[in-house]
Amino acid sequence: MDRSLTLAPAPETDHGASETLPETTTVSLIVENMQCGSCMGKIERALKATPGVASARASLTARRVSVTFDNRATEPQKLIDALDRTGYRAAESVGSVDESAAARADDLLRRLGVAGFAAANVMLLSVSVWAGVASDMDQSAADLFHWLSALIAMPAIAYAGQPFFRSAATALRARHLNMDVPISLGITLATAMSLYQTMRGTEQVYFDAAIMLTFFLLIGRYLDEKVRVRARGAAENLLGLKALSANVVGEDGAVRRLQARALAPGMRIQVAAGERIPVDGRVLSGATHVDTSLITGETVPRKAAIGDLVHAGTVNLATAIVVEATATDENTLLADIARLVQAAEQGRGHYVRLADRAARLYAPAVHILGASTLAGWLIAGVGFEQSLTYAIAVLIITCPCALALAVPAVQVAAAGRLFARGIIVKAADGLERLSEIDTVVFDKTGTLTRGEPSLANAARIDDATLAAAASLAIASRHPYSRAVVRTARERGLAFVVADGVIEQPGSGLAARVAHGERRLGSASWVGVDDAEGAGAASLWFRDGTAAPIALRFEDELRSDAAAVVGALHASGYRVCLISGDHAEAVRDAAEGAGIDDWSAEVRPDGKIARLEAMKAEGRRVLMVGDGLNDAPALAAAHASLSPSTAADVSQTASDAVFQGEALAPVIEALKVAGASQRMAIENFAIAIGYNIVSVPLAMAGYVTPLIAALAMSLSSIAVTANALRLRGRTLALTRGKVR
Amino acid sequence: MTSLAWLIPCALALSFLGLVAFLWALRSGQFEDLEGASWRAIQDEEPGDEDSKPKG
Repeated sequence: MDRSLTLAPAPETDHGASETLPETTTVSLIVENMQCGSCMGKIERALKATPGVASARASLTARRVSVTFDNRATEPQKLIDALDRTGYRAAESVGSVDESAAARADDLLRRLGVAGFAAANVMLLSVSVWAGVASDMDQSAADLFHWLSALIAMPAIAYAGQPFFRSAATALRARHLNMDVPISLGITLATAMSLYQTMRGTEQVYFDAAIMLTFFLLIGRYLDEKVRVRARGAAENLLGLKALSANVVGEDGAVRRLQARALAPGMRIQVAAGERIPVDGRVLSGATHVDTSLITGETVPRKAAIGDLVHAGTVNLATAIVVEATATDENTLLADIARLVQAAEQGRGHYVRLADRAARLYAPAVHILGASTLAGWLIAGVGFEQSLTYAIAVLIITCPCALALAVPAVQVAAAGRLFARGIIVKAADGLERLSEIDTVVFDKTGTLTRGEPSLANAARIDDATLAAAASLAIASRHPYSRAVVRTARERGLAFVVADGVIEQPGSGLAARVAHGERRLGSASWVGVDDAEGAGAASLWFRDGTAAPIALRFEDELRSDAAAVVGALHASGYRVCLISGDHAEAVRDAAEGAGIDDWSAEVRPDGKIARLEAMKAEGRRVLMVGDGLNDAPALAAAHASLSPSTAADVSQTASDAVFQGEALAPVIEALKVAGASQRMAIENFAIAIGYNIVSVPLAMAGYVTPLIAALAMSLSSIAVTANALRLRGRTLALTRGKVR
Repeated sequence: MTSLAWLIPCALALSFLGLVAFLWALRSGQFEDLEGASWRAIQDEEPGDEDSKPKG
């Protein structure tokens, strides 16, 4: 069922030869934080205000904006910069993944429209005929109606049924059965027999059944495809945002940010710590450790010093390095990324979805029932025609309409509900695996905590000092400076950038004011003896000749961390904290959040070992993490979640990504996953219950194909209506496997 | 019976019209951004910002 994800190679672009390009180009930009209606307006206005832009149209569903611009006046990077100034993080879309999947969904929708049109008309004619049997419709009118039905139904079935016929043919060629084999058989036999009976002018005409069957099955197929499109689109958005630009160091030493596809061999590329190396290349300066786990499977980071080769797709862990590109065939990078996504998608390839498990048992059963009905009635001596009619009724009635809808309908409802609450489910079977969880493992930094420093001793700093510090800090992008500015803004203080602020990288900021000089930075920068002991996580601020003031920072817990952990405990989940941080920090966080079971200084391979041990105990682990060191653990766990601030690799490896400051989405995801699994099983029960009642009747010859089609429609509607209840219901958190 | 001769074509033509309308809507991207469309209706457009209709 799972199609492998392939990224189309980027179109060949000839750098510096813009005269060969067409005058206008349309690009699709991914905008990560487009979340509401007003964002669409702001984004479109910002782009239209950019010189050279002809039109811009945002799609809130896809979180993308399609921009048409004049090649001579602007380029995609300028558009991305323009959005950045408006406060939106954007990136160019990498491939045609989404487009081809969306085209497939559109194709199904078109077939669905045709099938719906035909089904409505054929049913109209058919109901008249069946009503006419009871009253006084003469045979010639019935024949006319039958021929009209044939005329509408046959081309519609030939067109709309193609997805099933193709899939069945593929399966048969590979010599195995799938659900589409009995479906195709039922549709084709019913149509062929109806045509034969129409020619003979009898009453055994069942075009209505065949077309209704096609229509309902297409609904299920379409919903399933839609969930996939959404999941893949989300995955591709993440990739596009995080991986595909690089800092290129020019001849003059200036750093330009370029799209990865514009890289060429010989370019020097600066890779910051935590970034993915965008090219295959040789290290020119700097020494670092490189995480190759997602490429080679090795969990121990590799050293990379000057002259060593590094590969595209690996992650620079320690310090910034400069890499000279050797093989920057743009397809290499794209291929690598595709491989990463595939690895993440196929990592749990052994997991068999509930629907597929059901299908495996179901398809042979349907064939056996149909064949034995035919054989049974032949032996009983009712003649071939009548026996075949009964066998077709069995095929139609057992046709897995409700089964085909049971899971997709629930998944669409669940994914829609989660999406509205800022949770993007990326893996198609992610919800199913989430529902089986009994243990939740958190990472500390960035997951249980905010992952950014905040001013810890703000209460002891008065407003005037804070405002003065903020007037310096606002000039810097250092995390500590941002924390100072944020705290000052939260207090509602007014401040502007101090005149003539200078930043000394690695030391601090300084500005001249009326009564001397203000300095914000390290102890030595401010002129404080470090022995006075402020700890590592601190800044100093000195205003003129006044005594220096220490600003202490810490990584705060997310505001609802304790509440979320409490709720998980109350519902019977086991909660652990596994972190690579030092013991003291981990203990503080664990105590703050109310977790007893914590371990510190665990390396990435240690995390995997812990997860494997839990798995061996029979536990199903949900890993919630964001760091690069969590990526292997995220891939190894039974299910995984990442905050949207997580490193790109972690987001790729996890099943779902949640947005916002709160940790509550973890609970919501577990709730919805549990409920959706319960509903999927309820739906199976509805579908199977209906089969248990109707199949014996059909085999005994009491059900005509028309009644079979009506009964089937009713069960499909029941299943869909059941799934829709998921949208607005209040759910309770309940643990454990649903059986 | 004679009424059928024109009633049936009428019914078929009407529903065929519906199908054509649906296929046109699909082709022109009316179903592409269902979430965004509901927001656009209540959005305040700035003066001179007339380029806000869906494109074909």
